[in-house]
This record gives sequence, C-alpha cells and structure tokens, in this order.
Amino acid sequence: MLLITCPWCGPRDETEYHYGGQAHVPYPENPAELSDAQWAEYVFYRDNPKGPLAERWVHSTGCRRWFNVLRDTVTYEVLASYRLDEPRPGGNR
Amino acid sequence: MTPEPLPEHPDFLWRTPEPRSSYDVVIVGAGGHGLATAYYLAKNHGITDVAVLERGWLAGGNMARNTTIIRSNYLWDESAAIYEHALKLWEGLPEELDYDFLFSQRGVLNLAHTLQDVREGVRRVNANRLNGVDAEWLEPDEVAEVCPILNVSPRTRYPVLGGTFQPRAGIAKHDHVAWALARRADELGVDLIQGCEVTGFLKDGDRVVGVETSRGRILAGRVGLAAAGHSSVLARLAGFRLPVQSHPLQALVSELHEPVHPTVVMSNHVHVYVSQAHKGELVMGAGVDAYNGYGQRGSFHVIEQQMAAAVELFPVFARAHVLRTWGGIVDVTPDASPIVGSTPVENLYVNCGWGTGGFKATPAAGWTFAHTIATGEPHPLNAPFALDRFTTGALIDEHGAAAVAH
Ligand SMILES: Cc1cc2nc3c(=O)[nH]c(=O)nc-3n(C[C@H](O)[C@H](O)[C@H](O)COP(=O)(O)OP(=O)(O)OC[C@H]3O[C@@H](n4cnc5c(N)ncnc54)[C@H](O)[C@@H]3O)c2cc1C
Ligand SMILES: [Zn+2]
Repeated sequence: MLLITCPWCGPRDETEYHYGGQAHVPYPENPAELSDAQWAEYVFYRDNPKGPLAERWVHSTGCRRWFNVLRDTVTYEVLASYRLDEPRPGGNR
Repeated sequence: MTPEPLPEHPDFLWRTPEPRSSYDVVIVGAGGHGLATAYYLAKNHGITDVAVLERGWLAGGNMARNTTIIRSNYLWDESAAIYEHALKLWEGLPEELDYDFLFSQRGVLNLAHTLQDVREGVRRVNANRLNGVDAEWLEPDEVAEVCPILNVSPRTRYPVLGGTFQPRAGIAKHDHVAWALARRADELGVDLIQGCEVTGFLKDGDRVVGVETSRGRILAGRVGLAAAGHSSVLARLAGFRLPVQSHPLQALVSELHEPVHPTVVMSNHVHVYVSQAHKGELVMGAGVDAYNGYGQRGSFHVIEQQMAAAVELFPVFARAHVLRTWGGIVDVTPDASPIVGSTPVENLYVNCGWGTGGFKATPAAGWTFAHTIATGEPHPLNAPFALDRFTTGALIDEHGAAAVAH
C-alpha cells in the first residue's frame, strides 16, 4: 500500500485517496481550432512512463482536495507531493 | 537407502538459435500473442522467416500470470466477433497443436447483485445470442444448481439476484498453451529468441527497417509489437504515442483442495473471480490498481476486498489459505478494447491494449495480427480495433459492458 502525503493533512494510506491520472494536462487554449487528431491527443493520450510520473490524487475521505504527486511507476516510491499551483519539483513536466 | 533417481530431462520443445542479422518479420514479445502470431504467420501465410524476440523468458509475462478465464460474452458486435472467433479456435487447438493444455469448457457465471446488474446481464445475454454466442440468464436457484457452493441466500450484503452463464466458456493451462504454440512455431522454422530485449528501432524515414536489441541489430521487413504492458514504452522508442496506460493487476492462489468448484464465477459488483485449477488450487483475481505501475505487484487493500467478497460468496473458502500472490502489468485503453493494426510508422504494427482480458483472445489476436502483418491490411475481425478510432471517435466501449468491471 502506498503512503501518500496530502499537502494539507499529512501522510495517509492510499485507501483514503482516489487516483486522477496524469497531472499538468492543460485544457487546449484555442479549442475551436483543434483538429480531430489534436482533440484525440487531449482526450485520450496520456504519458505512461517507466519511472517518475506527475499525477493527480484527491484526498476523498479526508479534506477532499486535489493535489499532485510525483511517483516512480517502477519502485512506487512517492518522490514528492505538492499543491496544484506549485510547479513539478525538479522542473520539466 | 539409495535416493530416488531424478527424472530424465524432458526433450526441449523448441531450439535456442542465435539471432540472425535479418528476418522478413520480427515479433517483439514472446507471450501468448507473440507466439500465436508467429504460428499463424507460418501456418496461414507461409511466412517462416520470422523471429520472436523476448527480453525475459518465453511466456514469462502476463501469459504466466493470468487467471486463464476464456469466454466470449462481450456486449458489442466487434468484440463478440473477435472473442468468439478465439473461442472457436480454442475448441480446435489442442488437437491441431497435438498438446493437451487442459482446455476445460466448464462454463463462466457472471453474477448480478443489483437491479442494474440484472438489466446489464439480460441485455448482454440477448446481445450474445444475436451474435451466435451461447448465453443464458439464470435465476438465483439456477445459479445454485450450476455452482452449489455459492451462497445465494437473500441475507447477504449483496445478494445474488441472478447471473449470466456461458456454458462453452472455461479455462486452460496457460503455460502449456504457450509451449504448444512455441513448439509448432519452432517446427515451422520460426526462431524463438529469449533474453533479447528490443531497445530501439532502425528507421529509414517513416519506415521501420529493423530493431536494436541487447544482442545487436536485427534487420526486418516488418515488425510486430506484442509486448502487452510495455507497448507504450516501445512505441515511444519508435517515435509515436499509444493511448494506453499500464496498471498492476494481481491474482492469488490457495493451497490444493478437493474439487469443490465446478465452474468459473465472476462478480463485478463485489469484484472477485474464482475458478479451481485442475490440480486443486482456488485461483482468484480482482480489479486493477487505479494507479499506473510497472512493478509487477499491487496494493494489499485490493487483495483484502477480493478475499472479503470471496468468503461472502463462498462460505466454504473461509478456512482456505492463500499460498501465493503475484502481479502482472496490463495495458488499458480508454475504451477498454484492444488496439490491433498499423501505426504511424510504416511496416510497424501493434497488438496491445488487451488489458485484463487478453488471454482468452490469444488465438484470435495471433490470427488477425498475422493477417495484418502478412498483408499490410486489417483482417475484418481486427479492422474495428484500429488505432485511428481514437481520432474518428468510433470507440468500442466495453468498460463495464464486457462482463468485467475494469
Ligand atoms: C493477474 C492477471 C490476471 C489475468 N486474467 C486473465 C483472464 O482470466 N483471462 C484473460 O483473458 N486475460 C487475463 N489477463 C490478461 C492477459 O494475461 C493479457 O491480456 C495477455 O496475456 C496479453 O498478451 P501476451 O500474452 O502476449 O502478453 P505477455 O505474456 O505479457 O507478453 C508480452 C511479452 O513482451 C515482452 N517484452 C516487453 N518488452 C519487451 C522488449 N522491449 N523486448 C523484448 N520483449 C519485450 C515481455 O517480457 C512479455 O513476455 C490477466 C492478466 C493478469 C496480469
Ligand atoms: Zn487532505
């Protein structure tokens, strides 16, 4: 079981949270101008790296706030957790 | 006292050749799908200058880790067609491959615990029948007749309100399936190369012309990816993206018991699926972990919930002991249907996205993927499963519809 630190409540068991997939996926700036292929990218395509992944979690049975976690998808080590208005630790997204 | 002599080593079922410098076709991944693809390339299309490259050992990925449930009771026409084709192939394969892999058509029960489950089940039975797939709706007393150890009492938290039953569905011995396919493919001239990881792709413009491997460069006319949970890693090396996410999926077995469980039972609502292996282990699976992962292990709370569900449904399991748990990495697509077909890279084809349910598809996945690689065109059965459906919007949405909740 993962031990995830909510930025507001502190470290809690994975079972208190729900997973929200890849973080830092911005809504298209000019939606009306997107091609079908670009819409497909936005709606269906997400990174799936072997290694660090920035992802969203919600503390559903706690404060119910969303935040981001940087987690290694091979070791499952939680490398960082941070608020939505903070940049991905270590740069690049 | 003289110790018992060890048994003779068995004859090896396939050769262990050195990789050659070039092949007509290179398949990446020697799971069931890669092996079936190589077998049908040789058998159906006469293409035998083929290598199957496997980074670990033959069939050591999801092929060795799955709960071996075979059924074709999918909701949508496209899925029913490909899974039913697979089931028909399964019915002839032991004889065709001359290998008894214990394919046992003991039936699969999908339980309903809510009014919505009942409606979904009845709808699926009707859809299955229209597609020529055997399916029946059973009331709770009929469910109990098929599987007497099931608790169909109305006094449980989620009572069994009925279930769908596919009598032709069942299980098979997964390792033996792989070995049977490997032996035949090898006999037909296919090189099965283990301990050979694909680390990159050789390209001439937008066309693939070979692969980089841990054992050197191998040129290839065409390349087929059958790497299950690692397909997106390979796609990235080849310069394109796939709409798949890799998730850990776990299973477990008990110690051996007398035969008590005559069929396969699946429940989405309380989420457990159970069968009894030929030797006697109770084999159980549940849902994927929500998060992405490549670690071949999953979360403990998933096991906890699955065991709670199993004990409520099967009170006789309360004293069974868990012997072993393990995980595999499954590749899930946004519509819970596979991707089989061409890619943005010419001569590079992909078979992936089978998620938690690709074992049952093994023969049909191989059949259609071999056709696509051999002809450069989709087979009618895999045409709907093309990558471009995510752009056109022609999705085959089996999430929740496919008699499985993930
Ligand atoms: C716990 C569990 C239970 C399941 N239960 C069922 C079930 O009951 N019924 C069902 O129908 N399906 C089930 N599945 C799903 C099923 O196992 C898969 O969909 C199916 O096995 C995928 O196809 P495959 O057999 O070719 O994949 P795999 O056997 O995983 O083959 C892929 C191979 O590619 C290799 N590979 C990866 N990257 C590289 C590389 N770079 N170079 C060379 N080789 C590489 C891997 O080592 C692996 O051997 C289950 C899966 C799991 C994990
Ligand atoms: Zn919180």
